Amino acid sequence: MRVILRNPRREIEIDGRRRVHALLAELDLAREAHLVIRNGVLVPGDAELDRDDVIEIRPVISGGA
Amino acid sequence: MKCRTCREPAIIELPRHNANFCSEHFLQLCRRQVAKAIHDHSMFSPDDRILVAVSGGKDSLAVWDLLVELGYKADGLYIALGIGDYSEESRGYAERFAAERGLVLKVVSLRDDYGYDVPTASKATGRVPCSACGMSKRHIFDKAAVDGGYDVVVTGHNLDDEAAVLFGNALRWDVEYLARQLPVLPARHGFPRKVKPLIRLTEREMAAWCVIRGIDYIIEECPMAAGNRHLGYKEALNALEEKSPGTKASYYLGFLDRMAPLLADIAAVGADSVRPCARCGAATGVSDDHAVDGEIVCAFCRLVERSSAHAPVSVDLIRKKSRAERRATVEVESR
Repeated sequence: MRVILRNPRREIEIDGRRRVHALLAELDLAREAHLVIRNGVLVPGDAELDRDDVIEIRPVISGGA
Repeated sequence: MKCRTCREPAIIELPRHNANFCSEHFLQLCRRQVAKAIHDHSMFSPDDRILVAVSGGKDSLAVWDLLVELGYKADGLYIALGIGDYSEESRGYAERFAAERGLVLKVVSLRDDYGYDVPTASKATGRVPCSACGMSKRHIFDKAAVDGGYDVVVTGHNLDDEAAVLFGNALRWDVEYLARQLPVLPARHGFPRKVKPLIRLTEREMAAWCVIRGIDYIIEECPMAAGNRHLGYKEALNALEEKSPGTKASYYLGFLDRMAPLLADIAAVGADSVRPCARCGAATGVSDDHAVDGEIVCAFCRLVERSSAHAPVSVDLIRKKSRAERRATVEVESR
């Protein structure tokens, strides 16, 4: 699957199927600090992502106070 | 995963509520949390004129959207901070959001209206960029609200923001800052009332609100904020939250319930210690006072004086690389 990461924007390829929480763990990304979006729709942690999916992992932390 | 309310497929899990939600019931939860914050802290009434501090990011656009949805009258104010392409892009998001919904967005430009920008102010004053930026924004939002006849300024500070600031203040035991870290700062001495309706919602929830509502916002991090201390506090709190969901809410909301009342006397003392600035007339805290040619001049006017006299400085001279950028570089180099 194609995975789009942000901040800065970049893309990586992941082989095979994954559940959302497994993908985040594999990339060492905190669940509390990211949203996972498939085709513009949010997907929860137990959703299974397919080989052909295009996934955006969007960080949600901003630095202003 | 099923929605706790309707048992339809969920699109988001919220461990701190031990629940999952579909789009419709997640949005309902957010509306209720904002309405509760507004009610519990007497933030404003439907008759009040509201000015929303808009950055083009998720929180400010989400809070504006939520207030309009809840039936409040709210205009926006965007400040062009002069942080290179980041400012240009964020302004575009704010302007498109307002135009698509027929909302009023006012714009103030640091460079055009005051003769400086954030990178230049940082260099000219020796302040970290976030400090120069925050001071500029506070002054300009206050002035715009007072000049425009608004009753209240709304900011998009969320639960993560407030918990991180509380964490930093507690690490330093900065009692005066702790005493003032409230969701409502009442109007006083020419300052407008300032409120934070998102204190019961996390950053992740606000980003989800924007995705579900189709709100485009600037996702990239401010290049000036990369690696700042505040982000480190958020990462630390999120590490705790992952192990013990609900930690951030109990930490900050517990502070408001049980600790802030004990600090009320300290907050009241600070509120009276202000004098008018000889240049702009704005009230300035005694601790910020500084005599210039025998006059009391506020910190903002001193910043403007030094920054506008300085040659413009580019963003790249000031910024640090974020952790994500460093990691992206490693990813590329390792292939």
